[in-house]
Amino acid sequence: MEKFTTLTAIAAPLPLANVDTDKIIPARFLKTIRRSGLGVHLFDTLRYDVEGRERADFVLNREPYRRAQILIAHENFGCGSSREHAPWALLDFGIRAVIAPDFADIFYNNCFKNGILPIRLPRAVIDTLIGDASQGDNARLTIDLARQVVVRPNGEEIYFDINPFRKHSLLNGLDDIGQTLRHEARITSFEEARRAAQPWLPAIAPV
Amino acid sequence: MSGAKPRTLFDKIWDAHVVERLPDGTCILYIDRHLVHEVTSPQAFEGLRAAGRAVRRPEATIAVVDHNVPTSDRRAGISEEESRIQVETLEKNVAEFGVPYFPLLDERQGIVHVIGPEQGIILPGMTVVCGDSHTSTHGALGALAFGIGTSEVEHVLATQTLLQQPAQNMLIEVSGRLPPGTTAKDLILAIIGCIGTAGGTGHVIEYAGEAVRELDMAGRMTVCNMSIEAGARAGLIAPDETTFTWIAGRPYAPRGENFARACTYWRSLASDPGAPFDKVVRLNASEIAPMVTWGTSPETVAPITGAVPDPKAEPDGAKRAQLSRMLAYMGLAPGQKLAEVAIDVVFIGSCTNGRIEDIRAAAAIAKGRRVAANVRALVVPGSGLVKKQAEAEGLDRVLLDAGFEWREPGCSMCLGMNPDKLAPGQRSASTSNRNFEGRQGPGGRTHLVSPAMAAAAAITGRLADVREFL
Ligand code: SF4
Repeated sequence: MEKFTTLTAIAAPLPLANVDTDKIIPARFLKTIRRSGLGVHLFDTLRYDVEGRERADFVLNREPYRRAQILIAHENFGCGSSREHAPWALLDFGIRAVIAPDFADIFYNNCFKNGILPIRLPRAVIDTLIGDASQGDNARLTIDLARQVVVRPNGEEIYFDINPFRKHSLLNGLDDIGQTLRHEARITSFEEARRAAQPWLPAIAPV
Repeated sequence: MSGAKPRTLFDKIWDAHVVERLPDGTCILYIDRHLVHEVTSPQAFEGLRAAGRAVRRPEATIAVVDHNVPTSDRRAGISEEESRIQVETLEKNVAEFGVPYFPLLDERQGIVHVIGPEQGIILPGMTVVCGDSHTSTHGALGALAFGIGTSEVEHVLATQTLLQQPAQNMLIEVSGRLPPGTTAKDLILAIIGCIGTAGGTGHVIEYAGEAVRELDMAGRMTVCNMSIEAGARAGLIAPDETTFTWIAGRPYAPRGENFARACTYWRSLASDPGAPFDKVVRLNASEIAPMVTWGTSPETVAPITGAVPDPKAEPDGAKRAQLSRMLAYMGLAPGQKLAEVAIDVVFIGSCTNGRIEDIRAAAAIAKGRRVAANVRALVVPGSGLVKKQAEAEGLDRVLLDAGFEWREPGCSMCLGMNPDKLAPGQRSASTSNRNFEGRQGPGGRTHLVSPAMAAAAAITGRLADVREFL
């Protein structure tokens, strides 16, 4: 996984609430067996008309937002299905951070597994940042994960909260599985104790 | 355990599965059951392969194909190439990693959330995950069950654990009884309408109260299934005699002495009196009417006797704009009566309402009646065994005689990854769980309803009040 340390980039405003994962990437694009290549389908129905032409009014179809690496949205971003194709599509497009008042739980988790930083900030702050992001070429924000701040174009710093374990993994690009496997002996003893205490837990026989 | 702090059902299952608590509070949580399907697993198996890792406990894992599969005759295989590749990739992966699997032509094949409980694979007190948000369904059995992303699928395959932060506890207590014509689906739609699609974020919801206790297992699964539509991590219902009776005798359920021991343990899981909940919501079931959604979010729901709201009445500008957009997408006018909205397609199925009880409910309304001209009505059983049972009861004949299509099991038009899709502009009454833009096909318009309401809509050709058919 790619590390996330600091990022200075164009921020795109997407002032919509309840952006669901079907909107981020519709089901018909989930037939892939790979992680890459989904960026062209990101926000497919918002981004393209029925003939597949770009909709000029959609933010990511306009300059400079075609190069956006930060997305700012309203409440409950990423609700709906568990598809990790949603963060994969964002990442493939180039998005490395999403800022919103809150996120759906599964989407929020999925971001961290892919080196995307989801940042929760109060709605009033979001409104300010959407104002910043609406300034075209000047819509540049800096995110400093180590210091947990978003820096506005005018230099003002906004502090955000993040779980320390996730921060550490993201800063160092650590893979969760490797970290968990360091506790493998504990997992094994847990399994043995559980089997002894609950012998009714059946195995599923291979078919 | 006098003096012990009272705990909720969620707390008890959680505590019993913590392998290790890391210094910052993150827990390594043990996972008892892992359900796998073809859409969210290929990249996970690929990851294992790349890292040279094995599946830690194949015997705690079950794989099935459901999302992509055609619901017409499948003996000739899957003609759509990408779908076929995904199914073949799963078959290759389960063979390579030794994971138990129900193939397409096995009568046990079906929607992952239908087959797990049906086989007795999911039991109370377990932790259950699947790369699928509707894993919350299994909470109906008193199992802590939640959806995960593909990286987490890989994590569970490799370690049989997950890194998790504890959730908060939310109690939804439903007193009274559901009136005639209303079902578990109407109850959960009413709950989502009440708390909103982010109402449960960060929480595990425990459903309790008379109306919940009275539900059969199918109804409980419908309620827990849509917990995710309320933003919750999981839904839970305390296991009771209804649960135990339902589990007894299922293929993978414990037997004899083991079953008795298991029941004793399962009984101890119920939330203790006085257990603290972070949030409590109380509803009265007797006030609930048959519900129907009118917008593109499950919280945009109203009784069938209601009307489409007027965005002008919304004071918040951003919300007003979003409401107007929804009505434009749905092709509805403010003030329009819901019972006057004409429909093109009826879909009865999905992990929300694809069980035998749901098909019985639809058939009871369809019996001796005809699907309206110009309406296409599909019934898609949740599993091969549900289909077989329905056929044994003659429900397929009742439905076919009424003009419904009787199809093979799978997710089908719930998300339109197979050929069952809405065409742009088409309007459906659907027993599934999501009415998002394009969910059932690009440009498709979805109204979520109960199976009986869907059958009533098929017959009248419009959204209809099922109580007129009782
Ligand atoms: S029936 Fe629908 S909601 Fe359920 S698992 Fe299949 S696609 Fe997901």
